[in-house]
Amino acid sequence: MTNEHLIRDLVKKHGRSRVALLPILQGVVDANNFISDSDMVEIAKELDLSAAQVFGTATFYSFLSTEPLGKYVIRVCKTITCDMHGKKQIVQTIEEMLKVKVGETTPNKKFSLLETNCLGWCHEGPAMLINEKPFTGLTPERVHDIISEYISKS
Amino acid sequence: MSESKLKRVDLIFGEYSNTKYKVLADTLKRRNEDILEDLMESGLKGRGGAGFPTAMKWKLAADAPSDTKYVICNADEGEPGTFKDREILSRVPRKVFSGMAICGKVIGAQKGYIYLRSEYKFLLPELTRELEMFHEHIGKMGFDFPIEIKLGSGAYICGEESALFESMEGFRGEPRNKPPYPTTHGFMGKPTVINNVETFVNVVMIMRLGPVQFKLLGTTDSRGSKVFSVSGDTPIPGIYELELGMPLDRFVEEFGDGDTKAVQVGGASGFCVPRKKFKDTIIGFEGVPTGGSMMLFNSSRSMYNVLHNYLDFFEEESCGQCTPCRVGCQQLRKGIVAVKKGDKKAGYLDQLLKLSESMKITAKCGLGQSVANSFSSIVNNFKEEMIY
Ligand SMILES: Cc1cc2nc3c(=O)[nH]c(=O)nc-3n(C[C@H](O)[C@H](O)[C@H](O)COP(=O)(O)O)c2cc1C
Ligand code: SF4
Repeated sequence: MTNEHLIRDLVKKHGRSRVALLPILQGVVDANNFISDSDMVEIAKELDLSAAQVFGTATFYSFLSTEPLGKYVIRVCKTITCDMHGKKQIVQTIEEMLKVKVGETTPNKKFSLLETNCLGWCHEGPAMLINEKPFTGLTPERVHDIISEYISKS
Repeated sequence: MSESKLKRVDLIFGEYSNTKYKVLADTLKRRNEDILEDLMESGLKGRGGAGFPTAMKWKLAADAPSDTKYVICNADEGEPGTFKDREILSRVPRKVFSGMAICGKVIGAQKGYIYLRSEYKFLLPELTRELEMFHEHIGKMGFDFPIEIKLGSGAYICGEESALFESMEGFRGEPRNKPPYPTTHGFMGKPTVINNVETFVNVVMIMRLGPVQFKLLGTTDSRGSKVFSVSGDTPIPGIYELELGMPLDRFVEEFGDGDTKAVQVGGASGFCVPRKKFKDTIIGFEGVPTGGSMMLFNSSRSMYNVLHNYLDFFEEESCGQCTPCRVGCQQLRKGIVAVKKGDKKAGYLDQLLKLSESMKITAKCGLGQSVANSFSSIVNNFKEEMIY
């Protein structure tokens, strides 16, 4: 599936110069959580680049996934201070609730569970992002409540 | 904390001015040479880690002949243990914008950008609202200086200035060769000043207080105050603005939990200071410099785990462009695992130390060059923990 309309709108907004490439890729991820091969070909056509150039830029960035991800992407901080304050139990709680391991997406494509480097909340760790939203001061109980709430969301 | 021995400072988060954007309005009326002279006099050094004198950077860009120049605020804050730029941007964004505009006036730039890490994207709505107000105010002052926010996409290396330009230009965030430096060949190949978020705020406060008062804080080599991000084994983690040039033992006295065995100063790319060296260690450009990250570890922590965590970080975040760093990071991590498991003899650590030293010389950018900082300071000070 290509998102021709989406990409055309993004090109209209950001322009066709190389500088526009990152905002366009980010826009596709905002809408779909990942960039498909056909998206990359389409973007390349619009910006008059080779698909390899688009692929090269996209695959460099950890927040620009080229594999399908769930609607809600959970990124748990794995930097040492969050780790010291109970990151493992947080990840374990989420794994048990969603029945996935780190790096996996639930079969209904609703959640992906990832680990990531320092989120900048070391004084309130453990911390995680769900899409853009930060959650800090996590405990297994708190994370249970947060994930339950997301599960009940449509 | 009335018995506190460390002087608390209230510069960065303190009051901007009694009327909105007054410091900016006043400064825009001054002559560029006078502004630069005040900055020079203040001794301000960049707060992003490397500590380059800010006045000199601005002067180089001001002197670079070009009709097009840029001001960029580095808000990619990705160093493990650092969270002060997020706090500054959410609490005093007007100071950041003002510092950028003052820079724009001094160097003759037409446009400013804030490169914001995607992990902080949640700040975007509020920052956008603040920027609208800023543009309104600065318009009334008769100075046209649009500021635009560019988002990163989760790559620590994009905090390195030339990688940041590459990223903004739509490429992979791979650092460039230096020279040429950003002040002549920066974003889009044009003269560019790139400063840390906190550096811009310092500029505004120097404009407000004057260099003489600013210099009262800190030491000869480390003027002013610094926002510290304190985390790890401490009863009071958080953001603290303290004078530069303080001895580490007093810091530990105040922030430690009574059992501190090591402090990692400056994040994963910084230095690990063991207890026996707290007394002789000064936090500042004359001693151990830091972008603000201070992680405390007590005696229940394994320094092997700490180092392993840092090496995982470097291995993942290395842009992979040059071999010493791409392969070196992997080999260091594999090496300490092998020693710990007993697959390699303890003496192998010396070989790994040599490898990290050669990375310091041969890696292309600050990432690969600084892996040796934490590697050698942890391995040398906690050798037993690496082996047993
Ligand atoms: C790997 C690496 C990451 C960096 N990350 C940041 C960062 O997140 N924020 C920052 O201000 N400077 C960072 N720097 C330093 C910048 O390259 C640059 O020196 C700094 O933004 C200059 O600003 P200053 O003079 O105000 O300190 C990083 C450097 C390296 C080598
Ligand atoms: S030192 Fe590492 S991060 Fe820097 S250019 Fe080389 S591979 Fe990339």
